[in-house]
Amino acid sequence: MSERKDLEVIAQLVPQGSRVLDLGCGTGELLAYLQNTRGCTGYGVELADENVLACAQRGVNVIQLNLEEGLQLFEDRSFDVVLQLETLQHLRNTENMLRETARVGRIGIVSFPNFAHWVNRMAILRGRMPVTRALPYEWYDTPNIRVGTYKDFEVLARKNGLEVIDSFGLQSGEVIRRWPNLRASVAVFKFERT
Amino acid sequence: MRSVGLVAPQSMHFAEPLPLRSGASLADYTLVYETYGTLNADASNAVLVCHALNASHHVAGEHADQPNSTGWWDNLVGPGKPLDTERFFVIGVNNPGSCFGSTGPMHLNPATGQPYGADFPVVTVEDWVDAQARLISRLGIQQLAAVVGGSLGGMQALAWTLRHTDRVRHCVAVATAPNLSAQNIAFNEVARRAIVTDPDFHGGHFYAHGVIPKRGLRVARMIGHITYLSDDSMEAKFGRELREAELGYSTQDIEFQIESYLRYQGDKFSEYFDANTYLLITRALDYFDPARAHGDDLTAAFKVARDKKFLVVSFTTDWRFSPARSREIVKALVDNKVEVSYAEIDAPHGHDAFLLEDPRYHGVMRAYFDRIL
Repeated sequence: MSERKDLEVIAQLVPQGSRVLDLGCGTGELLAYLQNTRGCTGYGVELADENVLACAQRGVNVIQLNLEEGLQLFEDRSFDVVLQLETLQHLRNTENMLRETARVGRIGIVSFPNFAHWVNRMAILRGRMPVTRALPYEWYDTPNIRVGTYKDFEVLARKNGLEVIDSFGLQSGEVIRRWPNLRASVAVFKFERT
Repeated sequence: MRSVGLVAPQSMHFAEPLPLRSGASLADYTLVYETYGTLNADASNAVLVCHALNASHHVAGEHADQPNSTGWWDNLVGPGKPLDTERFFVIGVNNPGSCFGSTGPMHLNPATGQPYGADFPVVTVEDWVDAQARLISRLGIQQLAAVVGGSLGGMQALAWTLRHTDRVRHCVAVATAPNLSAQNIAFNEVARRAIVTDPDFHGGHFYAHGVIPKRGLRVARMIGHITYLSDDSMEAKFGRELREAELGYSTQDIEFQIESYLRYQGDKFSEYFDANTYLLITRALDYFDPARAHGDDLTAAFKVARDKKFLVVSFTTDWRFSPARSREIVKALVDNKVEVSYAEIDAPHGHDAFLLEDPRYHGVMRAYFDRIL
């Protein structure tokens, strides 16, 4: 149950009572958890019909939008926290989305598969693209059109004037703070605009 | 899916004049309505369904001895349906100015003893909502669980949250807009000119002449109908299909199937719809603009609706009430930190999609209504 553990770890990064925007909220599981356990309010944003329906059934406010079209619907700093979990890697305009996240929220939290995880490095050394739990697709059918590493994100954050408040890796539900770029399959960053 | 079965319209008379936005008032009027399901003991399960241009109080079920009399939103409203009449007490009200029973232009003007005709006062979305609120009160309902409508009905649903904000908890606004665009008003104006320039219109007092401006009504319906469909759905349904095998080299005969379809729709419409009602209802559409009183700031307009909950739905191929217009509503609500969900349904049917049964659309509607009570 590492997914559930991941969810709890991420939830702990969200201050009590925050107004939250969850970009790519899936079935609304995290938002529901934040509402129920941390007194948060806000909206999820989703594109997939089945996920929009699941959110509505769960009683999570969901707005059906294509993130590639930007976040014009949301005013500057109108949310305490903007979450973008396992979403960034699916977007064509990754950098713009990161800027939009920083514009709309006081705090941004992102997570994505860390391509520099040692398991992936081994696969590449063997001459093959990795197929793992965090990256479960073949190279020819992956929706992860942006593959990056923990270290790559640090560079992108700096380039966009984002100050990383906290960052760590996640591996099988465990928080990895020592050599996360090597030891973790998922990277997590919490940042604010400087 | 089961239906609510046979239903009968009821009517309620109001002696007290209804003040209208124009400054005029409607004296001594009657509203026709239908209800489905049972009002619970604390009157907390009532849902009002607002109708659009050519619909009425007859939302669901059938009228006895009338074949093909299924209500206009029967696929949504009924036992076990997304708006479930086993849980909700659903009300449909015919708006004043309409031609389906409530006081309208064909009824007698108490001031003259003659049919109102063109003298029927101009009514607005807000006036309708006020009339509905009076009826709801008389039914013993202080607060609606929800108000729901599509298109012009969606405008009424929005207006409820702004005008009678303490009297409604949820608003479901489908395929609607915060106001009409210039293009949209333009379509309405073409329709109105078609009616008004029909020699049988007689300045709106055609009843006395024993005629009906059917030519104008037909053209009005034809232009309306084009705008309710998408290019794709028209292409799929008719394409360039001809009635005969070969071109007829005529300029006035029906040759293409789409011509035949539009004429049929126009003919049918002109048999049952009132010309003055068409003018009144399109005008109400043109006038709706809740942001106007707030310096065109829609966010400011929705400030009063802060503690309401909303579901907004649009359809990707609806170009008359496009998703972009629904997003304006969503943005105004989000700006006010209002609880709102928004579904943008990728349906091919254009504006008409709101009346059709799409599993994604009805799925979201069901999920929303399921959590209301």
